[in-house]
Order: sequence, then C-alpha cells, then structure tokens
Amino acid sequence: MSLAKIFDTAGSAMSANTVRLNTTASNLANAESAASSIDETYRARHPVFSAIQQQVQQLSFDTVGDGKGEAQGVQVLGIVESDSPLQERYEPNHPLANEEGYVFYPNVNAVEEMTNMISASKAYQMNVEVMNSAKSMMQRVLTLGQ
Amino acid sequence: MAINFETALGVHPTALKARTERASLLANNLANAETPGFKARDMDFQRVFEQSQFDGPQGLNMNVTSQKHTPGGAEVVDNGELMYRTPTQPSIDGNTVEEHVEHAQYMENALAFEASFLFLKSKFSGLLSAIRGE
Repeated sequence: MSLAKIFDTAGSAMSANTVRLNTTASNLANAESAASSIDETYRARHPVFSAIQQQVQQLSFDTVGDGKGEAQGVQVLGIVESDSPLQERYEPNHPLANEEGYVFYPNVNAVEEMTNMISASKAYQMNVEVMNSAKSMMQRVLTLGQ
Repeated sequence: MAINFETALGVHPTALKARTERASLLANNLANAETPGFKARDMDFQRVFEQSQFDGPQGLNMNVTSQKHTPGGAEVVDNGELMYRTPTQPSIDGNTVEEHVEHAQYMENALAFEASFLFLKSKFSGLLSAIRGE
C-alpha cells in the first residue's frame, strides 16, 4: 500500500535531517577547538544527501506493478570535511601555539551553520507534517464501512 | 443479480488508489527537498485515473483457447505517466523541488482523498441500507 510507503519516505528524510542537525551541532561545538598543527585541527563537516532509487526492485517481477521508477526517500551518502582554509592566529601565549607562535582554529562558518540548522529543522518539521497527514488518511480508510 | 461491488462502488476505489499513489510521490518530493540534483516528479492524475479505470490496452494477456487454460499475462509498466515538475525559481544545485508548491499539492491531494473517501463511504452506507431493506 502506497500510504505505508509515505512513512518510510518521510522517515528517511527525518533521519537524514537529524544527521544534518547533528553535524551542525558538532561543528558549532567545535568552532573554537584550537590545535597546534593543520592536521590536528577540526574541520567543518557536512552530510551529502542523495535520493534512494528503487532500481533493484524495479527489475524483479513481483514489484513491476507498483515500482514506477520513482525514488523512495533520501539517504546520507557520507559526511565530508570542508576544504576551506583554516584560521591561523598569532597567539604566542596560547598553550597550543607552535614554534612560530601560531594557533590553528577550525574552518567553521557560524553563519553557514546557523542557516543549515534552521533549514534542517524546517525540513524535519515538514516531514513530520507529511507523516501526520498520511496517518490521518490511513485512519480514515480504517473507518470505511462503519 | 444486478448489483456487484465492481459497479456499485463506481470510480471511487480507483480514485482513492490513485490518490494514495500521488500522496507517496509528493511525500518523496518533500523528503528530497534538500537533495542536490533531485528532480521533483508528479503524475498526470487524469491519465493515471483513466488508465487504471479501463486497464485494457497496456496489459499483454495470453490467449485462452480452452476452458482449462489458466488466464495470465504480463503487465506493461508505463513510466510515461510520471512527469517532471518545471520549477518557477530554479536553484543552483539542480534541485527542482519547491517546498510551497509540493506542500500545496500534497494538501490538495489529501483533501481530494478525503472527498473520494466520503463518496465511497456513502456508497457503502447505501449498499448497507439496501441489504437491510430499510
């Protein structure tokens, strides 16, 4: 039944957005985590979203009828670290300063992270709404004939 | 007997089924609202509805020359019924989902589902009163 598929679809989007919110929280929490070398410094992380394709199921004969080649939900392909340059600050008195007196700070862009946070929470909310209305549609069907 | 369930319920079961299909399609668009490169899709409701109502030409049925033959056939999948949405404001990452459009369509679809459901319900209560002879 395709109404039940809505729960999977909206659920996948909700979990993908939770991952996104999680990386945002991690980025913001580590925005000021200093390190003494470039390699040790925390870098901003972002998830990569991709649509789940139902191609495998489409080929099998059982589902030929309902699999119409549309995607079913969203998945997180992986989490990538940002390539943008780290912040290098001259702080010779800092305990983590290197020989030249520099401390490295993460390349977390607070504005970008806040935008991401709002976007993720809005997307989450919207999927909850989709799920709720699918639920009420299903409940209506269950009362058929009463 | 003149009344059977196929004819008594009219178009409404088909409409209800098509509405649930469309709901899942739109839910998928909304789920992928943030996926780069995702293209929003929708179905031509009129066409899907007509097709599922008279599912004649697209099915490949086997010839039956004897009473003892089991009827069978292959269902032809028509991918043509899914179409791509044209965005009013294209985005830079190639995603064509516009949340407000999809949401509006989803809600409209839910209302139409409710309408089909009410029609079906009244059909059932009509049948019920016919059975009871009230």
